[in-house]
Amino acid sequence: MKKKRRFALYGKHGMLLIFSVVILLPLVYTVCNSFMATSEINHYYAGINAQGGTTAFHLIPDQFSLDSYYQVFISRPDYLMKFWVSLFLTSAIVVGQLVISVLAGYALAKFAIPFRNFFMFAIIALMMMPYQVTLVSNYIVLEKIGLLNTYWALVLPGIFSPFGVFLMRQILSTMPDSILEAAKLDGANQIQLILKIVVPSCKSGIVSLVILSFVDYWNMVEQPLIYLDDPSSYPLSVFLAHFNSSNLGLSFTCGVLAMIPVLLLFWLFENDLTKGIAFSSLK
Amino acid sequence: MRTGIKHRGLTMAKRNKLIGIALFSPFLIGFMVFYVAPFLLSVVYSFTKGVVEFTFVGFDNYIEVFESPAFQIAATNTFKFLLIGVPLIMVLSILLSLVLHRAFRGVSWYRSIFLLPLVIPVASAVMAFQVFFAYSGVVNTWFQQIGLVPVNWLDSDMAFSLLIGLYIWKNVGYNIILLLAGLNCIPDELYEVSRLEGATRFQTLRYVTLPLLMPTMFFVVIISIINSFKSFREAFLLSGTLPHTSIYLLQHFMNNNFENLNYQRLSVAAFLTFLVIIFLVCLYFFARKKFFEYEM
Repeated sequence: MKKKRRFALYGKHGMLLIFSVVILLPLVYTVCNSFMATSEINHYYAGINAQGGTTAFHLIPDQFSLDSYYQVFISRPDYLMKFWVSLFLTSAIVVGQLVISVLAGYALAKFAIPFRNFFMFAIIALMMMPYQVTLVSNYIVLEKIGLLNTYWALVLPGIFSPFGVFLMRQILSTMPDSILEAAKLDGANQIQLILKIVVPSCKSGIVSLVILSFVDYWNMVEQPLIYLDDPSSYPLSVFLAHFNSSNLGLSFTCGVLAMIPVLLLFWLFENDLTKGIAFSSLK
Repeated sequence: MRTGIKHRGLTMAKRNKLIGIALFSPFLIGFMVFYVAPFLLSVVYSFTKGVVEFTFVGFDNYIEVFESPAFQIAATNTFKFLLIGVPLIMVLSILLSLVLHRAFRGVSWYRSIFLLPLVIPVASAVMAFQVFFAYSGVVNTWFQQIGLVPVNWLDSDMAFSLLIGLYIWKNVGYNIILLLAGLNCIPDELYEVSRLEGATRFQTLRYVTLPLLMPTMFFVVIISIINSFKSFREAFLLSGTLPHTSIYLLQHFMNNNFENLNYQRLSVAAFLTFLVIIFLVCLYFFARKKFFEYEM
């Protein structure tokens, strides 16, 4: 009995370890390769595009080098610029979405607004659509209001994305009405209610909305390709998507650059993220 | 008791309603302009022809799209992806969440690791992926070393398996979190009772855990289906707008028709996708009402 249990324990840890390695490998590989000198990268990946060439598994740098980091941060500042463009766009979307979502989610959860159930259904339905479904008509609408080829074309649709409203509604509908009633009897007005009661009580939702939508828009690829004409205005995500094997070292380093903000958010707020995701369950 | 009191000429209830509308309207306006109106517009497009002048053509576009081989391939692949990817990710995530539900040393580490791909930009990982699976890449080099024939991973039917792999890699953590939350809602007393009744671990799983986890599992299936529609991004990162036939998805079809300015064909595909998703959502609500009414 004891032997069997120990065997099961090893089996469990073995399985979890294998999965963890598979999950982490692409990330670790990217990070490790970013610390190789250009010459080392060129040497090891010489065969990758050649017919009949070979590529060895090469994880640990022969010689630790900040070569590609020097290139990305100092000698080719256009990549760093893309990073800031990405950060600026994504932050604008996240902040805007947060304000809109808290207000609308609060309204849906706690006020008897007309067509409430219909709105909820429309929000869920459109939240689930792949991006391509509204591609053309969104393009036409953006053209009509003259936002095409400006960053507004990326920011505005992002701000009004239905997911945030959905998440906030889910969380706020679990908040007891009595708290609000009590504050009202104490003479609080709506603005005070929102700032002092609604916002604090959906903190985990706010944090996970920030992370999830930050990640989503940080990775955006389709929207800039379609709504922006000028490739030089593309954010970092699109540059990464057009990865070129001619400069692998740089690509790896930009990959690391793209991971930094999201990893930081994840590291700081993992618990709230988990709570928020659990709330996104339809109940 | 306060609802009857007049406040600046309005009843409390009416006033509340107005505040609600005021709070909701910023979102409503944006939602209408950037989501609802474009969607309705594209439904209208799907029934018209012409670029500058639109004429109503009924279901002509639908017939044309249904008959086009590109659409047939795209639709088949998208459904094949659903039918293979969703069961796989479900089994895996249920298994892992059952393991991770119990407290043991290192459990929080594993939970973090599984959640990590959700936040990591796919593009950062795709690079390593390409290094591994390029024709002259790492995996084929290993294959040659042990005497196997190299596989054309990205340009054969294997691309489909790779995409399934990426989909699971990306989404399994989200599913695990949802399932763990579901597992946490099962009251400890039930486990206690089943232990006192002398149930084996398997019986407990079969008659307590899984039935009570049903509603959550059902929701996770829906989420997994939706996430499978989002796999286009990974497919696109892996091999651009014209990938191997095995991973040519509905979204490729829509994207390419956009680039060829064939808005009508795109709108048809978009509306059909919408119908499928709506059907799934309605199915979810219906099944919930019917089977899980007792829950919460």
